[in-house]
Amino acid sequence: MLDLKKITESVQKSLGNVTKRIIICAGTGCVANGSLKVFNAFIKSADELGVKISVELKEEKGKTNLLSKSGCQGFCQMGPLVNILPSGILYTKVKVEDVKEILEKSIKADEVIERLCYNDNGKVCKGQNEIPFYQKQSRMVLKQCGVVDPENIDEYIFDGGYRAAKKACIDMTDKEICDVVLAAGLRGRGGGGFPTGKKWDLTRVQQRDKKYIICNGDEGDPGAFMDRSVMEGNPHSVIEGMIIAAKAIGADEGYVYVRTEYGLAVERMKKAVEAAVQKGVLGKNIFGSAHNFTLHVMEGAGAFVCGEETALIASIEGKRGMPSPKPPFPAQSGLWEKPTAINNVETLATVPLVINYGADSFRQLGTPQSPGTKTFALTGQVLNTGLIEVPMGTTLRQVVFDTAGGVTDEKGKVDDKNFKAVQIGGPSGGCLTKEHLDLPLDFDSLKKVGAMVGSGGLVVMNQNTCMVKMAKFFMQFTQNESCGKCVLCREGTRQMLLMLEDITEGRADENTLTLLEKLAKAVQVGSLCGLGKTAPNPVLSTLRYFRDEYNAHVKDKRCPAGECSNLVNYSINDKCLGCTACARKCPVGAIAGTLKKQHVIDTVKCIKCGVCLDTCKFNAVVRG
Amino acid sequence: MEAGYSKFDRVCQIIEENNYDKSKLIPILQAVQNEYRYLPEEILAFIASSLRISPARVYGVATFFAHFTLKQKGKHIIKVCDGTACHVKKSTNLINTIKNKLALKDGEFTTKDMLFTLETVSCLGACGLAPVMVVDEDVFGQVTPDKVIQIIDSILKQEAAQ
Ligand SMILES: Cc1cc2nc3c(=O)[nH]c(=O)nc-3n(C[C@H](O)[C@H](O)[C@H](O)COP(=O)(O)O)c2cc1C
Ligand code: SF4
Ligand code: SF4
Ligand code: FES
Ligand code: FES
Repeated sequence: MLDLKKITESVQKSLGNVTKRIIICAGTGCVANGSLKVFNAFIKSADELGVKISVELKEEKGKTNLLSKSGCQGFCQMGPLVNILPSGILYTKVKVEDVKEILEKSIKADEVIERLCYNDNGKVCKGQNEIPFYQKQSRMVLKQCGVVDPENIDEYIFDGGYRAAKKACIDMTDKEICDVVLAAGLRGRGGGGFPTGKKWDLTRVQQRDKKYIICNGDEGDPGAFMDRSVMEGNPHSVIEGMIIAAKAIGADEGYVYVRTEYGLAVERMKKAVEAAVQKGVLGKNIFGSAHNFTLHVMEGAGAFVCGEETALIASIEGKRGMPSPKPPFPAQSGLWEKPTAINNVETLATVPLVINYGADSFRQLGTPQSPGTKTFALTGQVLNTGLIEVPMGTTLRQVVFDTAGGVTDEKGKVDDKNFKAVQIGGPSGGCLTKEHLDLPLDFDSLKKVGAMVGSGGLVVMNQNTCMVKMAKFFMQFTQNESCGKCVLCREGTRQMLLMLEDITEGRADENTLTLLEKLAKAVQVGSLCGLGKTAPNPVLSTLRYFRDEYNAHVKDKRCPAGECSNLVNYSINDKCLGCTACARKCPVGAIAGTLKKQHVIDTVKCIKCGVCLDTCKFNAVVRG
Repeated sequence: MEAGYSKFDRVCQIIEENNYDKSKLIPILQAVQNEYRYLPEEILAFIASSLRISPARVYGVATFFAHFTLKQKGKHIIKVCDGTACHVKKSTNLINTIKNKLALKDGEFTTKDMLFTLETVSCLGACGLAPVMVVDEDVFGQVTPDKVIQIIDSILKQEAAQ
């Protein structure tokens, strides 16, 4: 039988021989930035320099340094990241050329290479605990993500992993588990915020021969990557949460449904399941208890609506992923008509924390109605984009100006006056503006202002973003993704999109706005599933907070943000010195002119990309 | 393509690996598409009869999911992310630049010489690096119209050298 203590001791012993540990971020963002090349360079250079390095944690004779990969460390934009323990030095934007120096200075000796550290307005930050982006967070669910090697189950166990599952399997009854989770006030992180304990209890009381637990890793929201990061960076925490959930509801089989675009998450989840089976954490009589649990990993096939629970179930059954009416709820009749509990990745990864620390401790963070923390994917026009985790109830101001380091202008410089809005909760959410900066981010207060936590996508926008265009963007998304079952969702969103197009392209009048609003309300009421019901949210909330901007498009045929290409034109004025810089950069060759003569833009050819505006050093390109 | 038999051999194998299980239709289509890079019509019919389900159901599933494609694609696939984060960081410019560079007309996604297919996807989950683009297997972050042209040019150069 699996002996957690023995594994912990053995890892402890192996770690005892490790002088320094070099953790290279191998999350999607850092890999895209070339972190695997950096990883390989470490192996090669260590060999050349005679620095002893192991790439696997095992008992060795004599001291060694350990080189390992991790999931996303959060600070994606500054990747590839290299974290060195125990000192906690964090190097950013590391290139293959830097590796030798790191080995020479920081591994052989204890020197810090300042040029590779994050620079906060002139202050060199040596490690995560000095970087504002990290200082302002409370990483609970993400604590191990970016630290442990996601492909090594022993490390997860060493870090306290699978204790909660063991406790749940051996020491707790199904009802006790539901009660603790309910008392902790854990609410689903997949968007709806439904109390997890309640959902489980509803499934638990069903007297049936077979039940299922499903982990929803579809994460179709554009701009969101929290679930992806957890599955990539700490897959065992998801498995552990599922074992506990399965015991709580009385299921012996489960599925992890992962979006197909998330190749790395699929791979790591599959490896983690295999390792768990090998160790006996999954399978029959887990931890010697009577609890059996088999877990499958299934890849989605690219349909946003499959994140909706009934649609997800249909697609596991091999059908088109179309939602079906509730009731019956999955808790009563789900996968193959058996009682089924569906939970989000982050919800499940939070469960072991609740079991380990108890309901009261869990409530230490967050607000009374929304306890705990929430991860957000922070993107858009801010200094630091990336993956963050803050207590529920943190204000928008804290997130945008402290954690994210402020709003940036078109050139990427921080300029907090440039703040315009935050789109939260993806296509089902709404937008928040200046007046909401001190609003606590939690399920209930966001709902009150017509937005929602949603899955946790948080896109910050500056004055150069057109809110109408943004609304149109989300409408286009939901329109594409509508499964077509409901007339109002299928046709209504199409008409809404056409109206928004009329507005951004200068063909609309005031009636369009009235009609748009009416139709939006009808779509909300007349759609079956959450996709249709929430599709109008971005439109309604921008209409509410940015009416002026809509009016400018409709009445004055003007786009104040300068984004709607039909309503803006680029031209070159007499400040032009004829340096040819813009002409060389224009991707479509729309700029003509000879050296030292004023250039001209061919407005027919021009795709209005704004590259010339960014390029011109003499402010000769104007947008109007 | 080789003789028809070997083509169905591989499909048979995939179906067998999935135990002729109807509920595994999606994983089966995925595996088949990995093999051929698209779902040829005759293979869809073959899968339907092997699994004893109607061709309409197979076709229905194959057309429902964005990941499945019934048309042959170009040799190099350029996926531009047009998710929220990338959109805010002006991914539309990248799309326009590529269309222009590859001389793709509206509604066309594959070049006539079958060298490139342009796709837009909604979020690749690397939003921190927006705008993001994937060319074949390589992910590129913080892409500019300039860089797009460079990337395409370098592929064209490689192709010409072959
Ligand atoms: C169109 C649509 C898409 C959804 N996509 C997701 C998703 O990607 N991930 C997710 O966890 N929940 C998604 N949901 C919510 C799920 O249906 C479900 O409420 C959730 O997985 C429950 O888990 P939780 O209680 O742990 O939040 C979506 C809902 C709708 C209507
Ligand atoms: S609301 Fe839209 S996505 Fe949902 S079932 Fe109806 S048509 Fe399909
Ligand atoms: S806006 Fe873009 S396409 Fe138009 S002239 Fe300037 S660089 Fe060329
Ligand atoms: S992927 Fe490396 S920090 Fe996010
Ligand atoms: S929005 Fe483009 S990668 Fe997420």
